[in-house]
Formats: sequence, C-alpha cells, structure tokens
Amino acid sequence: MKGILKGDKRSIARAITVAEDGGADAQKLIALVYPYTGKAHVIGITGPGGAGKSTLVEKLVREYRKQGKTIGVVAVDPSSPFTGGAFLGDRIRMQELSTNEGVFIRSMATRNYAGGIARATKDAVRVLDAAGKDLVIVETVGAGQSEVEIVRVAQTIVVVHAPGMGDEIQAIKAGIMEIGDVFVVNKADRENANKTASDLQAILQLSEADRAWKPPVLKTVALTGEGVPELVEKVAEHKAHLNHGAGHERLMLGAENELTDAIKEKVLSSIIDNLRKEGKLEGYLQKIAKKEMDPLSAAEELLKEKGLE
Amino acid sequence: MSGKKRIRVLIAKPGLDSHDRGAKVVARALRDAGMEVIYTGLRQTPEQIAETALQEDVDVVGLSILSGAHKTLFPRIMQLLKQKGLADVMVFAGGIIPEEDVPDLKKLGLKEIFGPGTPTGTIIKYVSDNVCK
Repeated sequence: MKGILKGDKRSIARAITVAEDGGADAQKLIALVYPYTGKAHVIGITGPGGAGKSTLVEKLVREYRKQGKTIGVVAVDPSSPFTGGAFLGDRIRMQELSTNEGVFIRSMATRNYAGGIARATKDAVRVLDAAGKDLVIVETVGAGQSEVEIVRVAQTIVVVHAPGMGDEIQAIKAGIMEIGDVFVVNKADRENANKTASDLQAILQLSEADRAWKPPVLKTVALTGEGVPELVEKVAEHKAHLNHGAGHERLMLGAENELTDAIKEKVLSSIIDNLRKEGKLEGYLQKIAKKEMDPLSAAEELLKEKGLE
Repeated sequence: MSGKKRIRVLIAKPGLDSHDRGAKVVARALRDAGMEVIYTGLRQTPEQIAETALQEDVDVVGLSILSGAHKTLFPRIMQLLKQKGLADVMVFAGGIIPEEDVPDLKKLGLKEIFGPGTPTGTIIKYVSDNVCK
C-alpha cells in the first residue's frame, strides 16, 4: 500500500493484478486505496477498432508529458469467449513510452465482461489515481455501438471515429454517440474526413439544444500528431466544465450506480449460493431445460418460497 | 465473485529483427491455450522489455530473436529483470540460437530455449507446467 502511494511501479503492477483476480483480496485492496482516489482526471478513449485509438493515446500521452504531467494508461483488449485467453496488442503502438518515467501502461483483458472494458478496469484506474498520476487514460476495446460502460469509469469521454466507417445512420443510433464529450475524426488526412466530421456535427446538433456542454468535433492525424494539442485543449475545457458543478452530479450518479450494483452482486451471490447449497436449483433446472417451465416463473416460485418476493 | 487467475505472458522481440512471424505464432498459440499474452512489437531495447514486464506484472517472458545478438541482449535483459525485482519471472527464448550457446544462456537464468520447428504444443505445455499460479 505504501508502495502504491509512493508511485512504486512494482507495487502498482501487483495491485492491479490483485484487482483483476478479484475476490476478497481485491475487495480489501480497493477499500485501502479508495480514500486516496479522486484526484486524477480520468479520460476514456473509445471508438471502433482500427480508428486509431492506441496511436492517438500514444500522442496524447506525449503531449501531456510535455506539460510535465504524469499519466497512467489502461488499455483494454478482448478475451476469447472460448478459451479465456487474450492477445493484448494496444501496447505495441505505445512501446516507446514504456521507459518514460512519468508513464505507467497496463494492458488488460476484458475477461468477458461486457461493455468494452474489464470488470477490474475501474479498480486499475483507482490504483493509478492513488499512485498520484495526474491523468489516467482508459482505452476501451474496439467499441461499436453499445459498449458504453466507460461512462462509469471516465470523467471525459473521447469518441474516436475514422473516415469511411459508416454514414449518418450509424451516427443516429443510440449508444456510443450519446456518451461522447469530445468527438474525434482521426486519419483526417484521408478522403472524406470533412464529410465524416460534418455528419457527426449535424447529428450532435440534433440533440444538444438542452445540454450545457456541447461536444466538439475535432480532426486529428494520430500518426503525425496533427490536431492532438487541440484535443488536449478540449479535454481540459471539459474538465473545467465538470469542475463548475456538472461533475458533482456525475459523481453522485456514479456513486448510486456503484452502490446498487455492489448490493445486487452481494445479495445475488448469497441467495444463489444458498439455493444451490439447499439443492433447490436442480429440480427447476430440469424443468427449464425440458421446457416445462420458463425461467422467470421458476425464479418467482423460488423467491416466494424463500419469502423474498 | 472471484475472477480466475490467468497466466500473463510477455512475448518480446529484442534487437533489430525485421520480422516477427515466429513470435506471433507463439503468442497466438499461448492465447489459444487460455493465457493473456502481451506483445511488444518489433525492435525493443532490453530496457523496454524489462520495464514492460514490470508494468504488466507478467509471470512469463518469452524472447524471440533471429539476429544473432542474443549473447549481447539476453544478459542485459536478465540483469535488468533482476534489478527490477523480477527474478521470479520465468524467461524462455526462441528463434535462431545455435546449440552451443544454450548452456551459457541457461546459466544466465533462461529456463528453456526453443529452436525452429518446435511444436507450439511443446511450448504451451512447458509454460503451463512451469508457472505456479
């Protein structure tokens, strides 16, 4: 714990592993770390695979280093739903930063948690926050439409698009388009970048009438770093906007979500473990498998019997 | 709800090799065996590799080298891993490494050297048998 607060890399790395492996150790760790969190600005980078998220993160980190800031990066890639294995390749685009003293990069597999991040991503962010990083950048898995869990982790969400990845119809759909605080059209040196940017702009204008923060649309070329200083500026503006009150609302909403989720998880696992121990599940499983009873009715009966319904 | 512990492996390419077919094949095989594999990409310095192993908290490092510079690069990598408190990380290597160099490399602390043509199953078995998790 002392190691984490001092920013010792070995301690940070070990702590993130403990968080990932879950269970009682992880719970203890987070309880210790929690009081030291809340200082870092957490930025989420999301968008479809191949849009250039990792390359953009690398350039962002360089820009922040120029300002003398320290940065933690959590880069999430998917686990195989079949073997549980994962190939974590985001780091390849950031390897030159690995020996940079002010930067800590951690790759993380989703371990089949849905929503574009891993169950432990939030805890990894907490560890890096407690370790004193000024900024923590979370790169989600290649996210298409509904991978929006990142809103529970990051304060400022950057949605990265690239030209030629779908028309306005894609942009009208719900989900990822609604969570962005800053939109980026990366690979802006390509054909149609202006069209993509104005499509995004047009769609955003439809919904932004009543919003205090109007998400800007920026163009970048992550490979050369073009547009990255402007992105840093917009992210800072959003942070300032949050500091003017909007952030508190978000924090409270986040706290409510987390508390209710935690209660659900605890209550659920205790009820289910109990039913399993009493051997009450087996009979219902047979009935459901044979299509004699639907799962919802079975759940209702079980809970009634327990006096929980 | 407790997550299952996973073996984390770093596959690294030290030095100036220009291709990484073998490293990718091994990375893919270990992935399919249920491990979490972090790949560094080409042309890594010993410092980058050791630092990555540290930040990623891996259980295993696999070094792939074709250039013939293993006698220069491997001692440096092993030394840096030790300095960073990662002496307990298992290190194996593969690529083009002459038979006569193997004893010296093992003295450095490398656990095993897999030459060209090694079935991926052999590497998977070796890694899972030798990592206690």
